[in-house]
Amino acid sequence: MLYRETGQIKTDYKSDMAMFPIAQDRWFIYGCVAVAVIGLPLFASSYIIEAFLIPILIWSLAALSLNMLLGYCGQLSLGHGAFMAVGAYAAYNFATRIPELNIFIVFILAGLCAAAVSVLFGLPSMRIKGFYLAVSTLAAQFVIEWVFSTVTWFSGDNAMGTVDTPAIVIFGYKLESSIDLYMFCLVINIVLFVLAKNLVRGSVGRSWMAIRDMDVAASVIGIRLLPAKLLAFGVSGFYAGVAGAMYAFVYLKACDITSFDLFQSFNILFMVIIGGMGSVMGAYFGAAFILLLPIVLNITFQTFFATSGFAGLVSNIEHMVFGGLIMFFLIVEPLGLARLWSTAKEKLRLWPFPH
Amino acid sequence: MTKRKLFLTALAIGMMTAAVTETALAQDKKSDPNKEQFIPVLVYRTGPFAAGGTGIPGGMMDYFELLNQRDGGINGIKLVWEECDTAYKTDRGVECYERLKKNGAKGIPFIHPMSTGVAYALLERATKDKIPVVQIGYGRTDSSDGRVFPYSFPLLTNYWSQNSAKIRYMAQILGGEDKLKGVKIVNLHLKHPYGEETKPMLDAMAKRFGFEVTHIPVPWPGIDQKSLWLQIRQIKPDFVINRNWGVSCTVPLREAARIGFPRDRIIGVWWCGAEEDVIPAGKAAKGYITAAFHSVGTDSPVIQDMFEHVYGKMKGNVSASRVGSVFYNRGVVWGIISTEAIRLAQKKFGVGPVSGEQMQWAFENLELDAARIKELGAEGLVPEIKVSCFDHEGGGRVRFQQWDGKKWNMITDWIPSYAKMVRKMIEESAAKYAKDKGITPRNCAA
Amino acid sequence: MFVLEVFISGLLSGVMYSLVALGFVLIFKASGVFNFAQGAMVLLAALTFVRFIEMGIPLWLAAIMTFGVMIVLAIFIERFLLRPLVNQPLITLFMLTIGLNYFLEGLAQAVWDAEVHGLDIGIEDVPWVGLEQATGLLISMFDVISALIAMGLVIILSIVFNKTKVGRALRAVSNDHQAAMSVGIPLNRIWVIVWAMSGLVALVAGALWGTRLGVQFSLSIVALKALPVLILGGFNSIMGAIVAGLIIGASEKLGEVFLGPYVGGGIESFFPYVLAMMVLFWRPQGLFGDVIIERV
Repeated sequence: MLYRETGQIKTDYKSDMAMFPIAQDRWFIYGCVAVAVIGLPLFASSYIIEAFLIPILIWSLAALSLNMLLGYCGQLSLGHGAFMAVGAYAAYNFATRIPELNIFIVFILAGLCAAAVSVLFGLPSMRIKGFYLAVSTLAAQFVIEWVFSTVTWFSGDNAMGTVDTPAIVIFGYKLESSIDLYMFCLVINIVLFVLAKNLVRGSVGRSWMAIRDMDVAASVIGIRLLPAKLLAFGVSGFYAGVAGAMYAFVYLKACDITSFDLFQSFNILFMVIIGGMGSVMGAYFGAAFILLLPIVLNITFQTFFATSGFAGLVSNIEHMVFGGLIMFFLIVEPLGLARLWSTAKEKLRLWPFPH
Repeated sequence: MTKRKLFLTALAIGMMTAAVTETALAQDKKSDPNKEQFIPVLVYRTGPFAAGGTGIPGGMMDYFELLNQRDGGINGIKLVWEECDTAYKTDRGVECYERLKKNGAKGIPFIHPMSTGVAYALLERATKDKIPVVQIGYGRTDSSDGRVFPYSFPLLTNYWSQNSAKIRYMAQILGGEDKLKGVKIVNLHLKHPYGEETKPMLDAMAKRFGFEVTHIPVPWPGIDQKSLWLQIRQIKPDFVINRNWGVSCTVPLREAARIGFPRDRIIGVWWCGAEEDVIPAGKAAKGYITAAFHSVGTDSPVIQDMFEHVYGKMKGNVSASRVGSVFYNRGVVWGIISTEAIRLAQKKFGVGPVSGEQMQWAFENLELDAARIKELGAEGLVPEIKVSCFDHEGGGRVRFQQWDGKKWNMITDWIPSYAKMVRKMIEESAAKYAKDKGITPRNCAA
Repeated sequence: MFVLEVFISGLLSGVMYSLVALGFVLIFKASGVFNFAQGAMVLLAALTFVRFIEMGIPLWLAAIMTFGVMIVLAIFIERFLLRPLVNQPLITLFMLTIGLNYFLEGLAQAVWDAEVHGLDIGIEDVPWVGLEQATGLLISMFDVISALIAMGLVIILSIVFNKTKVGRALRAVSNDHQAAMSVGIPLNRIWVIVWAMSGLVALVAGALWGTRLGVQFSLSIVALKALPVLILGGFNSIMGAIVAGLIIGASEKLGEVFLGPYVGGGIESFFPYVLAMMVLFWRPQGLFGDVIIERV
């Protein structure tokens, strides 16, 4: 009853091309943004912000980055952790070597560096397809890890191998409290999400989807494969790089290559698949699921079995439940959480009349 | 069952769990928070490093339990603690820190991050929150300079001290420092910040003593090190330093056996020196030597007390067979140092729960002399330690142990590091950090 | 001489990688899925095996019992996970194996324990003295025997796949699920067989690797070393797994020993991937993989 597009007539091209053509959707999104901008900083404790919200903002960007590549363009990558590392190290080097640079410019430059590296390792996508393409991004993962741990110039010739990122300063204001950092992440996150949403529903996104569905067919209808694929790698690399820089600067406050290992790359992939491929919203769902579920499970099990003397067993059961829930969700909804979301919207549209 | 029903059931179960959790949480708060000292304990019970992640916190918690059972806590203040599983991941560690830091009447007194990655990530956060980050036998080496890092305590021995002590021990074996000239040493290290960390130290020592050091990195995950050992065979070194972690500690022993390299010339870091590292290597591990900053075995009175007061009352946190093992004893040492600092803080600030800021003072003025260690029943288990504002390491002495095929035996007494040399490098590195971060080092004389 | 020694020890390492890769190949062949849980299966099999031995059960019986456990596991996986997801996109099945990976890792360590166990299957890991005296080459007896075991396994699997009725059915299934079902091949039973076979491979791999590394969680990481082998050989070729294993083993050792020291060492981590990538430029389906035919 509440959620339906009846009566919302599009009278000009502009409204036809709006990002959320249905008014309720628009309100909902505005509501979400309002909660994120005003509500959460007011009411959430610093624990919630530091341990849940900031990681979600960062990892949803990473997931979005891979989603554009895999979900929209159909190119598998197992090297996104390393692309994040490129972003993180690039940001560290720009920020420490040219201290007068504005932090946003640093992040953009970091993203561009990651994009360049990503495009380089995307080149084999011309010839190698499907699961086999994983080889080039896996190569990227290990080559980049190796480079950063071998060439000490990137870590400022620091004897410890781990480097501390400089504080984030915006126009002379030093971001320190968790709310400052949260707002900083939120702004970047929203800007990049809006850009991504527009990118994937425009001609670029359509050409990507054509390639995903069948690249030979796409080339037949006149899409130039290599530029389109490389663009996907580039954009995806840019997003990953920015996410990596945020992860290092805002969350870890340090930069070391082990934080961007193969398992992080896997994690990003899990987020994309669980969240739903080819869905911008799915990035949030996936990041939330993969990041929060283990923590929620941990807290739950902790409260019940903390003193039972079976702590080792409990940790393993936690692991099992996590795996079990992944399988359960896939059996219930094989296409990811984003699909549940759209199914719910479909249902709402008909509600309360089932037919 | 249809998919929908399945889904609804799951939802219902989820909500029930949440509800029960709430009530359970509500019930928890019944004891008087002013008679308790809360301590956070990070663990990692799963994953490739679980042996360390269960053994060490296990020993530490057992020591807390021992104090509660035997002495009724510290000056009548009971110790309570909560575990948090980090799965050896940096972000989970940060989450645990944020989750636990507000617990207790005055917040948490300190935190053992249990991994160098977490230690780095917590450094700035904990300094802001005024909570000491205690890293015993690992962590950030250059934070031994307390003037720059007020809230970081890499106590007892850091990696650089350890490596310099290793060189001193090698000199002992060879019969004098002058014999080091021309000796070939291979530093077999994990290709990882932790592994790379000691390279500058060893290079500096090589220059000073005239030995030759070759750094051979072990690529992750280090489960197959044939090519590296073929290189080592070509080099024909006098010593190999085994600086790995987890399974990559075990593999070198096997590989050495394959090419017939004597095991008593492999000197491991203490993270490669637990039972769990040598047992899988079987016979190949016999004779292998590692560094240690505490002793092993059940001889100390304090470990004996564990059997009586903790395991006798079924309050143990690990299986009784692990009591006295390397990781377990390490945990007991951590427990002793942490609780002695709490005792000191109570002495100065009054009996009751203490805050992180008070503990910072306590750690900085912590001193364990031989008499006190004897009193604690930990003779030989813990080295003497004296921390100051200037020096957050406070010891720097190392023992060596050898695997005889069944158990570890301590083969040396405490061997001092080349403290001056180490300190000089620490100060250089810390000064660079202070400059990058715009920190003015504290004046410790004041 | 040294080159030869590096080369041979590389080949022997490679065989050990192929052993793990085989498990992936089997499942990929029958269901087109990259089984992320293979590492966890290796861990589960090895842990079960070692705990049975610790109970005092003789080696051969423990092996058979562990195989039994793996068969039961295969039945469960087919019944509760694969059957509800027939005809779903491959990426979903892939994600399913990821969930399975977590589940099995937890299960293995919850049922047994998370401690490190030494495993001794009665083969000494010492240099082969006769060979050393004759030629000066230092080759471990253990490596030679494991290589022989792996070769034997490959031969058996090839025969099963190419000469038996079950093998024909397997190949039909791997070609096209629906077509296979329509000619009366019981898809469900085939899947159980395939998963059980890959369980067997996991057991052999787990026992051999476990002897070397100790039975502990790290065994599940061994699977990662099999990735480049798998890609180079082609995801669905048994022959490919073994040949690619040899190539990768030998080339990564040669690379590390003769190239590594000049660039800072540790290149073994990425060398196999770069090598595989170069080969894939030439043959995008791997050395022995089925040729990819694209139609619009």
